Amino acid sequence: MKQQWEVVIGLETHTQLRTKSKIFSGASIAFGAEPNVQACAVDLALPGTLPVLNQEAVLHAIRFGLAIGAHIAPVSVFARKNYFYPDLPKGYQISQMDLPIVIGGGLDIEVDGIKKHIQLTRAHLEEDAGKSLHLNYEGLHGEKSSGIDLNRAGTPLLEIVTEPVMRSAAEAVAYAKKLHALVMWIGICDGNMQEGSFRCDANVSVRPIGQEAFGTRCEIKNLNSFKFLEEAILFEVRRQIELIEDGGKVKQETRLYDSEKQETRSMRSKEDAQDYRYFPDPDLLPVRITEPMIAEIRSLLPVLPEQLRHEWQTSYGLNDYDARQLVQSKDIADYFTAFLKLIPAEWAKPAANLMTGEFASALNREAQDASAAPVRPEHLAELLKFIQDGTISNKMAKDIVTTLWERGAQSTLPILGVVQALIEEQGLRQISDVGAISILIDQVLQDNLKSVEEFRNGKEKAFNALVGQIMKASKGKANPAQVNQILKDKLTS
Amino acid sequence: MNWHEHSLKSLSQALLKKEVSSVELSQYFLNRMVQYQGMNAYLDVDHDLTLSQAKLADQRIAKGQAGPLTGIPVAHKDVFVTKFWKSTAASKMLSHYVSPFDATVVANLGVDGAGMVCLGKTNMDEFAMGSSNENSAFGPVLNPWGRSFVPGGSSGGSAAAVAAGLAPIATGTDTGGSIRQPAAFCGITGLKPTYGTVSRFGMIAYASSLDQAGPMGKSAEDCGLLLNAIAGHDPKDSTSLERDKENYLQHIGGNWLEGAAKPLQGLRIGVPKEFFTQGLQEEVRQALESALDTYQRLGATCVSVSLPQTSLSIPVYYVLAPAEASSNLSRYDGVRYGYRATEYKDLAQMYQRSRSEGFGAEVKRRILIGTYVLSQGYYDAYYLQAQKIRRIIAQDFQKAFLDCDVLIGPVAPNTAWKIGEKSNDPLEMYLEDIFTLSINLAGLPAMSIPCGQSTENLPIGLQMIGNYFAEARMLQIADHFQRETDFHLQAPTLDTVEVVK
Repeated sequence: MKQQWEVVIGLETHTQLRTKSKIFSGASIAFGAEPNVQACAVDLALPGTLPVLNQEAVLHAIRFGLAIGAHIAPVSVFARKNYFYPDLPKGYQISQMDLPIVIGGGLDIEVDGIKKHIQLTRAHLEEDAGKSLHLNYEGLHGEKSSGIDLNRAGTPLLEIVTEPVMRSAAEAVAYAKKLHALVMWIGICDGNMQEGSFRCDANVSVRPIGQEAFGTRCEIKNLNSFKFLEEAILFEVRRQIELIEDGGKVKQETRLYDSEKQETRSMRSKEDAQDYRYFPDPDLLPVRITEPMIAEIRSLLPVLPEQLRHEWQTSYGLNDYDARQLVQSKDIADYFTAFLKLIPAEWAKPAANLMTGEFASALNREAQDASAAPVRPEHLAELLKFIQDGTISNKMAKDIVTTLWERGAQSTLPILGVVQALIEEQGLRQISDVGAISILIDQVLQDNLKSVEEFRNGKEKAFNALVGQIMKASKGKANPAQVNQILKDKLTS
Repeated sequence: MNWHEHSLKSLSQALLKKEVSSVELSQYFLNRMVQYQGMNAYLDVDHDLTLSQAKLADQRIAKGQAGPLTGIPVAHKDVFVTKFWKSTAASKMLSHYVSPFDATVVANLGVDGAGMVCLGKTNMDEFAMGSSNENSAFGPVLNPWGRSFVPGGSSGGSAAAVAAGLAPIATGTDTGGSIRQPAAFCGITGLKPTYGTVSRFGMIAYASSLDQAGPMGKSAEDCGLLLNAIAGHDPKDSTSLERDKENYLQHIGGNWLEGAAKPLQGLRIGVPKEFFTQGLQEEVRQALESALDTYQRLGATCVSVSLPQTSLSIPVYYVLAPAEASSNLSRYDGVRYGYRATEYKDLAQMYQRSRSEGFGAEVKRRILIGTYVLSQGYYDAYYLQAQKIRRIIAQDFQKAFLDCDVLIGPVAPNTAWKIGEKSNDPLEMYLEDIFTLSINLAGLPAMSIPCGQSTENLPIGLQMIGNYFAEARMLQIADHFQRETDFHLQAPTLDTVEVVK
């Protein structure tokens, strides 16, 4: 029988913290500036410069720790990781080694309906390095050279490390997505993976099922999309299994994923691994965090998506699907929360439909945040009122959202009465008058005797064709529920 | 007028009374600097720059906006970065480096601060590593008291400049004795404050947890005046202390105990027995004993105390300081600024050659030691162990301070040695730091004041060690000694110094 293999994965994720300035200097961290314009004397490691810790980065780290139920270290220490590289100006990276700021904690994921708790080892603060640009530059003496852009040098990072507890690429991706959503939810990271704000290193090994000891692991560096993360792990697992089954041995090494060839390649082996000569940075004091500080940050932490989803399902009767949709981002959830405050609780379900339907597709289409959408919760609330009292149909509501969106994009809509005005203007009022609908139906039945005949002969489809004709005749304004009811009465009587 | 013999107070009065202008005063010192440039005390001098600062100072004096230091010239150790003068740390690595900003110490004293006038940058041991100034990439400084002798180090240029009257006062830095030992060798007064008192921002780092800047002047009072202007919290240095501004001259001239019959009555001086053992030059011992007699005449009492781990301070220092230095000096890689080798075939060779050619022997030696002690497998045995002993050394001082107010002993076991005498034996040179290293390891304040002269006519220094933040009291105690003695007023005969061709 063929050997069965178990996959073991641990992830290290570098999240770029959303601060105004760098972790140890006052320079901006905005993405996309001209090379080196956002590198100050400290970032360039000019002689005599010293690091000063950006407290905002510490607050972000604490926020994260609290959101994942971790222990916040009362004292954490910055250490120097020493190595030479042209994009590392000081010749060392300031990081945390023995005493990280966040210890433990975890996240719950779900893959194919199976829930799993992913334990975290730690999360520590550190600075990012600059970037090497391998274009055709000329050096001081006319030699071929590379360029260095130090704009990124000193950008605050929170490196989040899991235990080796994931057992498939799917679990790793589920975890990474969950983490990604969380760091954005609590506002510590912009989550922009293309710009490198959220990048994963995957530690991957395989072992025969039943074996307790871990296999030799390889670390795949810098995976900056969920797709690459999945592809890289799948490739790496296949590579390791094939290697072992062919009688080979996995070598502990660092590998890079080539997304074009969809394969991982060796970058450096363990033997080449540097001795980083970590030691506590004497330029920085230990970071001391008190209980009152933690309590204050906890009190300012937003309700987490899980809690919110639970509340909406239990107190507002939303179904699982809608609730999940609405907590996908803090932005959407905040919008829905504001929306909920404007309507009676029993309307929560149709409100959710309105949000996840036309509104969500408009957001997607325009690639916009809900907080910046031209259609405000007040508009949706007014719209919902007209849906609920039968003035307009859901179909009309969709059109209204589209129109409001278009007009709102031109100039800001007034908060009150916009929907009503639009209904009047476009004559969108739904026909809910039984008499009027009845006349309309009679006319359509007369014009479509063939369909009537078919229906009476047992062809159910003919009923829908008739409904379609009636709606068309009413220019879509007839109340569909009433149309259904009256038509059924007339045909079966 | 012999302006170089005046105290800062007297210079300030002369400036305020318009007996002399800052421009005239600065020109006076610039002239002396040219006259005695063979001493090699200065590395970068720019007369026009200095005089333009002096003009600004004169305007400020004219407007009645002068402070106690406005218009007085000052020399800066080349370890402080400056916007207008080169900042080389006496290294080939930085031989053309000009900083885009001033060090906090320089700024505090400069045009927008106290209004002092910068005379230039003083020579030093490369990256402040050394005890003789022989490690400068730009040649050794000669001791004004005898041109064949070293001035001490690493702040040798500052010490020689003040001793020779080439600056009324100078700044220095002290990582293991670099203010106190050259002050002793050149017969001037120097003060290393409590760690964290003076900002390290803009000081080219050697060993961050030990480096501390301080004044080097002709008297305790002069040093206090300068300390008043450079001390204080700096948000740019996380290790600088947040304390209320202190007047370090507050006790000058006053009695230790108010109303006592003698000025230092009630003062308990601790004499560490480990500072008076074999290896101490006889003349140094005699000068110290006679100084203690003077103190007793002034009313102080002497008690014998013990600092049992004194001998361990050498190995502890020479683990920790190089460890930090090996990391602090990694930035000099030839990539962004500073020296880069001209020929290399790849990145690794660019690093190797730039650093091999740019750094001097002692700097390379300490980088290697530091790299070694931080390496995997050695870290626990060296670095961690040294940190533990460092804490014990600091505790020893606290125990001693239970029985006394200050400690007094020698700055160094010997007076200045001959240039070249010890340069082939780094270990012998390291042993000369035995009495100064432990103070930096503990972060305590300490002073060097002149207390004698050897038969070779070389100055002898007395070291006073105080508890944390005792600077104002130490200056008071030193000042009383200087009211009673004239060692600090002795000046070398400068025709013994070779004048450059």
